[in-house]
Amino acid sequence: MKNSTMQTATVSEDVIQVENLVTYYGERKILDDINFSVRKGEIMVIMGGSGSGKSTLLRYLLGLNMPTSGSIRLLGKDITRMNAREMHDMRKNMGVAFQGGALFGSMTVGENVQLPLCEHTRLDKNTMRIMSRMKLEVVNLAGFEDLMPSELSGGMIKRAALARAVVMDPRLLFFDEPSAGLDPVASAELDELILRLRAAMNMTIVVVTHELESAFKIADRITVLDNGEILLCGTVEEVRNSTNERIQNLLNRRPRDETLDVDEYLKRLTGRDI
Amino acid sequence: MKKLVESIGRRTSHSIEELGYVSVLLVDTLVWLVLGKSRQQPVRTAHIFHEALHIGVYAVPIVVVLCLSVGMMLAMQGLETLKPYGAQSQVVVGIALSVTREFAALIVGILVAGRSGSAIAARIGTMKESQEIDALRVIGITPVRYLVAPLLVAMMLMVPSLTILGDLAGLLGGAIYTAYELNMSIATYFDRSFAVLDMYDIFQGLIKSLVFAVIIVLVGVSNGFQVQGGAEGVGRATTRSVVLSISLIVVADMIFTFFLTR
Amino acid sequence: MKYPVKREGKFTVLLLNGEIDLNCSPDARKQILKYLNNNENLLVDMSAVEYIDSSGVASLVEGFQLSRGLKLDFALVGVSRPAMQVLQLAKLDKIFPIFESITDCL
Repeated sequence: MKNSTMQTATVSEDVIQVENLVTYYGERKILDDINFSVRKGEIMVIMGGSGSGKSTLLRYLLGLNMPTSGSIRLLGKDITRMNAREMHDMRKNMGVAFQGGALFGSMTVGENVQLPLCEHTRLDKNTMRIMSRMKLEVVNLAGFEDLMPSELSGGMIKRAALARAVVMDPRLLFFDEPSAGLDPVASAELDELILRLRAAMNMTIVVVTHELESAFKIADRITVLDNGEILLCGTVEEVRNSTNERIQNLLNRRPRDETLDVDEYLKRLTGRDI
Repeated sequence: MKKLVESIGRRTSHSIEELGYVSVLLVDTLVWLVLGKSRQQPVRTAHIFHEALHIGVYAVPIVVVLCLSVGMMLAMQGLETLKPYGAQSQVVVGIALSVTREFAALIVGILVAGRSGSAIAARIGTMKESQEIDALRVIGITPVRYLVAPLLVAMMLMVPSLTILGDLAGLLGGAIYTAYELNMSIATYFDRSFAVLDMYDIFQGLIKSLVFAVIIVLVGVSNGFQVQGGAEGVGRATTRSVVLSISLIVVADMIFTFFLTR
Repeated sequence: MKYPVKREGKFTVLLLNGEIDLNCSPDARKQILKYLNNNENLLVDMSAVEYIDSSGVASLVEGFQLSRGLKLDFALVGVSRPAMQVLQLAKLDKIFPIFESITDCL
């Protein structure tokens, strides 16, 4: 066990490897035998409808929950077998932008962006300030650092959250629902920003979304999740041309076609067996 | 009948679970306070001061008003009760002991539970709902170290301090009324009070206030962390934490009084 | 860690190398600020830099601003492609004086 955590990423270019991941919420199985990997410098979009398990999958990738079984390797190290200190070191390589931004309401935008630096580094205060302002510049929020998060619009909050996520120049960036709750223009800007960040900093980016348009625009590869299973993991073209019915339903926004058992359905309505 | 037993069973197991959770929380907090520095995650003094300001300093006026009133009320009741026995002057002893041993700590405890305990639950609950707690964790900041430890330290400093203030205000309240009724100077009243009191009486109040501080923090925090279901959930957790911490404070007070007066 | 320095005309040339990341950038910063505070015109030679992160770039920004306050010359030389991309991200490629080689500045 010791050995497996000591190994570093040498052999493969895969910086994220998920193997046989199975998770439960109480008695209910949420993710069933998930396998996929993300290559260095790649933008991987995890796509699925609501309830597909995509947000849950992200929580496991971030090490916020521990799986029932299976392994999750980030940069070659299995985070399911890490102790607190190893995990703490791993977090320096990870940036996360949450769906609602999750900026700390009691701090200014600037303090929010600087927080990871304050906690992980011993850089000069001046250096930290310049670094955070540079990142705010990148996300077009220059001059907003003294505002409180509550004074920002939805799109600005997401961009500020992105600035905080990348302030440490992480090797892995995770972005939860970048376009949720944004107007099309703001959402397109955010997509653009993600592409620019990847180009300049050579980050590996995982984006969780249900927005097809955004997914097709930024993704190198797409993992389609439905009902806790992976339907397909492939390039944009492969997803577009897939003949899988559930994927086509997702692409064409058709409601899921359920097969109904008459007795089962009557029982659901009446609460009684026949 | 079966349902009743089941429900009692479920509630009991839930309570035990919660007790376990709270103990882990307490141990965790203490560990971070001691080992934080060596793990490169120190508990910051700036945070402690910030919390202390909100818990303690801003509560000073209301503590003074409440304890002053309680002192006066004790004087009124005491004088009334002792009148038939012609022992009105003994009211000084009664007020001195009951304020220092009991009322100052209890009033401060209940007040802080209502003021700060609810705020703690609401703040942590809101942070959990908006994924701020998750954000702390992915940045590599342990929420217990960052949010709970400064609170616990601030609370354990401020509740006893407020209790000492409450002692003085309570005695002053008693003094004002008694001096007026019995034609005694306030200075004489205080002289006689301090002659009756010894350190142990003050200490009894302070020990209790420390326990109350721990109760308020742990109940507020654990309710906050367990919030589910949006704004409504935050509201429920806030109410629950106030009711629960005030109840625990009163019961703990009774238990402590039982042992400390033996 | 101390980075090598050489004199070239009126310039002091600081030769950064390797990876300028969170660990090394404080040393680089200290040296940059030291030479500027000594009233020396400074060229930062980045041709041997394999990687520079934003803490490194932040140190360069701080140095450049100090140089302008002191009316000294400050320029970056031999910026590699990866480093240039990091600068471009924050539009700093349009801010810093950047030269291909030391001879271009003399």
